[in-house]
Amino acid sequence: MTTDKKNQNSIRAMIKENKSRRSQSAVMEKVVPKFFMICAVISIFTTLGIVFTLLTETFTFFSRVSIVEFFTNTHWFPFTADDNADYGILALVMGTLTVTAIAMVVAIPVGLAAAIYLSEYASAKTRKFIKPILEVLAGIPTIVYGFFALTFVTPVLDSIIPGGISIFNALSPGIVVGIMIIPMIASLSEDAMNAVPNSMREGAMALGATRFEVAMKVVLPAALSGVIASFVLGISRAIGETMIVTIAGGSRPTADINITESIQTMTAYIVQVSQGDTGYGTTIYYSIYAVGMTLFVFTLIMNLLAQFISRKFREEY
Amino acid sequence: MDITINKKSVQKGKEEQEVTPVFNINNLNLWYGQDHALKDIKFDIPEKQVTAIIGPSGCGKSTFIKTLNRMVEMVPIVRMSGEIIYRDKNIFDPKYGVEELRTQVGMVFQKPNPFPKSIYDNVAYGPRIHGIKNKKVLDEVVEKSLRGAAIWDEVKDRLNENAFGLSGGQQQRLCIARCLAIEPDVILMDEPTSALDPISTLKVEELVQELKKEYSIVIVTHNMQQAARISDRTAFFLNGEVVEYTDTSTLFSNPSDKRTEDYITGRFG
Repeated sequence: MTTDKKNQNSIRAMIKENKSRRSQSAVMEKVVPKFFMICAVISIFTTLGIVFTLLTETFTFFSRVSIVEFFTNTHWFPFTADDNADYGILALVMGTLTVTAIAMVVAIPVGLAAAIYLSEYASAKTRKFIKPILEVLAGIPTIVYGFFALTFVTPVLDSIIPGGISIFNALSPGIVVGIMIIPMIASLSEDAMNAVPNSMREGAMALGATRFEVAMKVVLPAALSGVIASFVLGISRAIGETMIVTIAGGSRPTADINITESIQTMTAYIVQVSQGDTGYGTTIYYSIYAVGMTLFVFTLIMNLLAQFISRKFREEY
Repeated sequence: MDITINKKSVQKGKEEQEVTPVFNINNLNLWYGQDHALKDIKFDIPEKQVTAIIGPSGCGKSTFIKTLNRMVEMVPIVRMSGEIIYRDKNIFDPKYGVEELRTQVGMVFQKPNPFPKSIYDNVAYGPRIHGIKNKKVLDEVVEKSLRGAAIWDEVKDRLNENAFGLSGGQQQRLCIARCLAIEPDVILMDEPTSALDPISTLKVEELVQELKKEYSIVIVTHNMQQAARISDRTAFFLNGEVVEYTDTSTLFSNPSDKRTEDYITGRFG
């Protein structure tokens, strides 16, 4: 009997006893995954809901405005009597692309150089110091960047550029969107370069390559898929950027490229209409869905492109 | 052939004086942080011979070979004292460029480490970074190096394919070809066959025998039979010290130190 009692206190006995209580945990095992699944499905349904709303309202818009005009007209002037209104998305698309192009001219060289420095040159100590700062830069609210563009960058540009610059222009928000994207490109590219095995750096160094040659001719080509994917995600982010361009870009849609003059991006137009007193059911009201749809397609293509690139151009190692 | 044999017999009689050393290592000490990894290393490495470094794991043999082209400095906490004279110049002299040294003293690593590029670009990488751009010259260098590494016949029809499609043994010979392409003076090999199967190992060993006609070779190996088969001189390392350094045949048949004897007869390590 005493030995039996002892056995009951053994781990084996305890496990046996606990197993008998398992009916309770079995319920948990069944319920918890269902709950998790619902949480996952919510985001899918939200996405579907948004796409559905976009689509239906966009269809209504195109029942009033010809789709051909929408994609070929270079004038965007909705705030007038419906008969005189121009709905040529190209004017907004050009605004968005101008800002995006300026942003990438700023962000790609600086972000890539920063990534190469962090991955190939910086000591562990320096990296520990710089990476959090980059992340702080990524955490600044875009409205702050917007004011930075309007109240600091624009005046500076105005004093530098001969002939001055409009108070609202494409250049200033373009530069600031670029600054905003630098941490993203730097961080993602650095991750990609860090993933290149050290044995490859050693192989090149043993041939007498300098650090710069190792970085440019071994590490960068090997990490190229990740680096390009970071560029594409950066572009996607620049296209979707709203606050900076709304504050500093102006509200004059134009298909002409003049970076010192006021422009309007797709996002800024949506903000403008949403804030105004446009009535429900008007053509202007529906136009923001058509613009939103265009924007959605743009960023979707960019994100798919980023995925495709990182899969297709991966150098095997 | 005859000449080599004569040379060797002369050597045995008069020890090292007949052969020009490429490296003179004097009182080399090396620490990883507090860990004293190499202790008062002192010996010469002869020209156009194969020098094998043997010893149990952790004895400092890989560390030692990496000091010869200063690759050991990639470890941030490393400290060194003493000198290594390569062709009459101290390689630790601040005026002596590390890239210049590594151009002269090539290295083949334990694990094959080709670049994720084509076979051609792998071999052409070294000449290219040293400013050789002429396509015709590069073509010749690539062929010559691949022939030199006894892999030309296997890859000549697929030079533009990615090097990662090759087998491990082929990759290692490609890495040797990559090293040969800049025509170094010395080739360091850090356990070059430890990741290879026996047939690939044999091919690399035969290759080493060919290469020593033109290059001075230092090879670290775990495999004592390999050292006995391919090297002219052997150094036995233990706990960061050189226990014994002599002709390979002497070291394996008549070791003068008890610890060497214990190691080569398999009592430890």
